[in-house]
Amino acid sequence: MTETYRIAIIGSGSAGLSAASRAAALGLSHVLLEKTDHLSDTIYKYQKGKHVMATPSQLVLRSDVDFAAGKRETILGIWGDQIAGHKVNVLYNSEVKAIDGEQGKFALQLTDGTMIAAETVVLAIGTQGNPNLMRCPGGDLPHVQYTLDDPGAYIDEHIAVIGAGDAGIENALGLAADPEQRNAVTIVNRNPEFTTAKDANIKALMAARDAGRVIVRTGTTPSLVEPGFITYDTPDGELKVRCDRVIARMGSAPPRKFVESCGVEFTSEDRVAFPKLSPTFESTKPGIFVIGALAGYPLIKHCMNQGHDVVEFINGNVGLKPADEPILEAKFRDLPGHKNVDEWLEYLRSNISILNGLTPLQMREFMLDSEARFYRGGEVIFERNDPGSSLFSIASGSVEVLLDPDDHAKTVPIAAGSIFGEVGLISGRRRGATIRAREDTICVEISRTAALKLQSSVPAATRAIERICTERQLLQFFGSGLVPEDLVDILDSYEILTVSAGKPVISEGDEGDDIFVIRQGSMIVEKKVGGKNVFLSYLPAGSYVGEMALIGSTRRTATVKAAIKSEVIKLQGAAFKALLTRKPQLLARIKTDMASRQDLNSFVEAKKDSFSSVVDMYSNVANFLVENGIGEATDVLLIDENLCVGCDNCEKACADSHEGLSRLDREAGRTYAHLHVPTSCRHCEHPHCMADCPPNAIHRGPDGEVFIDDTCIGCGNCQRNCPYGVIRMEAEPPKKPGLLSWMLLGLGPGPGEPSRKWSYKNADPQVEKAKKAIKCDMCSGIEGGPACVRACPTGAAIRVSPERFLTVARLDGDGD
Amino acid sequence: MSGPLQRQTARVRSDGTHEGFLRHASFRWLKIAGGISLIALLGYMMIDVQPRHNGGSWYGYTLGTIGVLLILWLSMLGVRKRKMSRGHWSLKAWTSAHVYLGLSLVVIGTLHTGFQLGWNVHTLAYVLMLLVILSGIWGIIAYTNLPRLMSANRDQTTEAQMLASLRSIDRQLHDAAQPLGQEHAALVQASLDQDPFGGGIGRRLSNRYPGCMTRYAHEQILQVTGSQPRVDDDPLEKVDSLLGRKRAILARTRKHLQLKALLEIWLYIHVPMTFALIAALIAHIVSVFFYW
Ligand SMILES: Cc1cc2nc3c(=O)[nH]c(=O)nc-3n(C[C@H](O)[C@H](O)[C@H](O)COP(=O)(O)OP(=O)(O)OC[C@H]3O[C@@H](n4cnc5c(N)ncnc54)[C@H](O)[C@@H]3O)c2cc1C
Ligand code: HEM
Ligand code: SF4
Ligand code: SF4
Repeated sequence: MTETYRIAIIGSGSAGLSAASRAAALGLSHVLLEKTDHLSDTIYKYQKGKHVMATPSQLVLRSDVDFAAGKRETILGIWGDQIAGHKVNVLYNSEVKAIDGEQGKFALQLTDGTMIAAETVVLAIGTQGNPNLMRCPGGDLPHVQYTLDDPGAYIDEHIAVIGAGDAGIENALGLAADPEQRNAVTIVNRNPEFTTAKDANIKALMAARDAGRVIVRTGTTPSLVEPGFITYDTPDGELKVRCDRVIARMGSAPPRKFVESCGVEFTSEDRVAFPKLSPTFESTKPGIFVIGALAGYPLIKHCMNQGHDVVEFINGNVGLKPADEPILEAKFRDLPGHKNVDEWLEYLRSNISILNGLTPLQMREFMLDSEARFYRGGEVIFERNDPGSSLFSIASGSVEVLLDPDDHAKTVPIAAGSIFGEVGLISGRRRGATIRAREDTICVEISRTAALKLQSSVPAATRAIERICTERQLLQFFGSGLVPEDLVDILDSYEILTVSAGKPVISEGDEGDDIFVIRQGSMIVEKKVGGKNVFLSYLPAGSYVGEMALIGSTRRTATVKAAIKSEVIKLQGAAFKALLTRKPQLLARIKTDMASRQDLNSFVEAKKDSFSSVVDMYSNVANFLVENGIGEATDVLLIDENLCVGCDNCEKACADSHEGLSRLDREAGRTYAHLHVPTSCRHCEHPHCMADCPPNAIHRGPDGEVFIDDTCIGCGNCQRNCPYGVIRMEAEPPKKPGLLSWMLLGLGPGPGEPSRKWSYKNADPQVEKAKKAIKCDMCSGIEGGPACVRACPTGAAIRVSPERFLTVARLDGDGD
Repeated sequence: MSGPLQRQTARVRSDGTHEGFLRHASFRWLKIAGGISLIALLGYMMIDVQPRHNGGSWYGYTLGTIGVLLILWLSMLGVRKRKMSRGHWSLKAWTSAHVYLGLSLVVIGTLHTGFQLGWNVHTLAYVLMLLVILSGIWGIIAYTNLPRLMSANRDQTTEAQMLASLRSIDRQLHDAAQPLGQEHAALVQASLDQDPFGGGIGRRLSNRYPGCMTRYAHEQILQVTGSQPRVDDDPLEKVDSLLGRKRAILARTRKHLQLKALLEIWLYIHVPMTFALIAALIAHIVSVFFYW
């Protein structure tokens, strides 16, 4: 250990290299440590020729290294040149494995044993993490690899791919794609079934297996790797086979463990939590700073600005204003009162109870994802039945809830500091009531993403939101003149349970009198009739079950199980019973609900012999729909194959209404009893696609549609996250000649999506069009509604909401 | 089926949410078209035009004008179908109206002629109109019967998947045939070389492919393998089972293409006849006004 650096920067991604070049420009002694043999591994691993986007566009870039939208190769080239030009001290092949010591004298240990001394450390290692390693003997041999760059590079080899997630399957298929390569490819999965991969990938793998191109071994683990051979533990015992190369794709461990081992604390146990940071990016371990994707800022521009800023902070320039200042200024511009950004942030933070626990840095980040809004007294904030998944919080003033759509005099006030709109946040369903400002009011509208981040970083906020939500949900479900005071007992004993798909909350024949309110997700009710499970009904979020046993003092009369992963509020039977004795109207209402459910039960029971086939059909169709994700859909396209003539006019209309690209594949998808669920967005209650979108480009629109805006950077995360395979990554095709020129003169490719060949031939070589994510937006903003439905000549294409899909199921049973 | 479930079904059917084009809006266009035909017929019987009913009487002119306008409007379906404009229209409603109003032309057109037919351009227009309508009826029959057959036949596979599995079987056949003797290898090669869907529109519509080399090769090889005991790694057995699979996939794909063609073929009569009809109509009208 010779020199003690002023700053050691770990990770040469966009954040790290920007930090290092600032340090070089300031003349600080520094070192940039990079695990791989090249800069910026995440970007290095993008697909060749990917168009990298520079969002958000309002944000100015503040870095010694240039960055503008362009091809991956160009950007990496510029960075390489500039890092060299700035004389940045980079050490490649230097993976940091541990950080010991204190501020002023940190000791960084590299995997090769080298020690490096530094006064401060900047962690910029991104979120990629490290691949899970082969644990069996021989797992460290040189022919075991964790990535596969070019499947075409291997010829005549026996290759074992370990791990059958999406990455493993794609690798295996890539290696076996060209028979000319003559590879013998085996894919090994520990589980008997494929649980983590996407349906389309599993299908492709099965097809490759049936075609004899890939050997699939399930329920198998590797037990020994030797040069030229591999030994498996299979369900039928040990098996030793030839093997020239092992590609291990067993997922990767997030870098959190390593970061924590350096003494850095995270905001919570939550999987999506980030390290706790000060406004200068300093972690809870003095002297260790965290920036970039690891700090929760996944966009390249953010990363680079932070790299610049963090070095300025370390160098003593603490008065530096962050580069996102203008964005926040714009957000506060329309609010009354003259405050600067910091004053506004502090004002909102101290006035809104759920924000109290945020640090100033978190508050800043929080406001970047949220909107501050001002409403005049009497102004409507949102209407009943509006879609919306955001949460509102009141900073000053107050609002009122209109309880009765027909009688605007019936209202309940909500005071400053509190929240509203929480049902949309939790269940993703439409707004339950209209909300109006009572006086001049300042609110913060918290996007779903910001709300989730908030809950994972401030546990107190989670509890506060949860209790308010539960109380309001109960008031709303049970209506009947209940006031918050009535619920005190119940709220002292409620529990929120998460139920995974297929698991029951109530089992037929069991004892029990608890009531369950479905808070999120949906449930199906089944009854055993003659040894078979017969489907009784489908309960969307916002329904309750369990009243029959409670009121009738019987055993459970049916099984209620989750259609998809759901959350229920469990209310203690005794407390609820006490409430019912106090509130006869509530009892009366519940008895009416119960009577209609009992009718259905006894109907099925009575008809089980004469109608068994009808009832079966109904059960099967209902199950089929639930299996195909309709349990979490808010609006889904179905094709009645009794009517569909296969003209594909729906696809053509879709393409012609949207820049020439179709967002649905009519023929693909599953079918049961002539009811077909094409590959097209279901507009999920809780869209999986939104989970991991760096620019936050996916939103729920005014009609409940989930759509992608044009800040999409084309990273493909949403495409990977959508379980239904409905997102395509495509560049917009060139403009076609009009319909008349095609009909009369035969110009252009005609209606519908142009062929790739035509697009390629007619593309303007001057403009580079980026591939972006596209999916159904329910034709939002197009008068008349979804083009697919309007353009179907026979009425086969219909769109249905969850409340209605079972009526459709019944209709299409072949019972007529 | 009867009882409550059926009542429910009936209610769903009539609330306008999910009905095919023939039932659209509880047969609204059937009722309208029926009404129009009835009025035209009653008018024909009750109104006493002199000297007799024909296209040249005021009643004949009225029916003729309605007929021409209807035909022009019916032809616009081709444009409507392809012009994805905004607005609250639905192609289903258009098709429904098209079908029933198109059928009412039989009544309107026939009454317009006053049953005066002959070997002239006027009758030509009338005959063409009937041909268009007949092909339309054929289309309706196809549209009501074939979709469920197509759905059942493709059984969740797409056409692209069918073709892809054929290609993949062909690749395997190619590999598996390498160890075979010359005679058998030639059989397999013939199956690989043949375009299994070739032979023109007749083959496609009838779904009969008498010269199918895959079937021939399979039958020939079966004669050998059928009489032999099964040995696991006999290359001929492997080719036998591959050919069997190829035949099954071919059968499904051919059936699919047949149904698809049947759903489209009538339009190749319907649409050109429409153009011919419009041309004949123009001739008919011009000749009426200038030479009558
Ligand atoms: C496919 C894809 C497309 C994207 N497209 C865009 C886009 O167009 N525009 C945009 O703004 N954003 C885009 N993003 C997001 C963006 O690339 C990342 O969020 C960003 O690169 C994060 O930068 P970072 O510096 O924080 O971390 P990274 O870029 O992940 O860099 C971390 C570096 O640290 C190194 N490292 C890790 N651990 C250690 C260790 N222990 N010791 C030493 N070195 C270590 C790694 O090798 C790596 O080089 C995309 C992401 C993906 C996956
Ligand atoms: C003289 C009368 C008619 C004329 C001029 C006419 C004309 C047309 C035209 C131009 C099309 C568009 C075809 C296309 O572009 O794909 C069409 C489609 C069609 N016609 Fe007619 N038609 C007539 C009568 C009828 C009748 C009587 C029927 C039914 C009994 C009928 C049934 C249909 C059907 C089912 C379609 C296809 C709709 C679709 O798939 O989009 N037509 N017709
Ligand atoms: S894209 Fe996929 S995950 Fe997203 S809403 Fe649509 S179906 Fe759901
Ligand atoms: S929309 Fe999809 S592809 Fe586009 S940035 Fe978001 S996650 Fe990435």
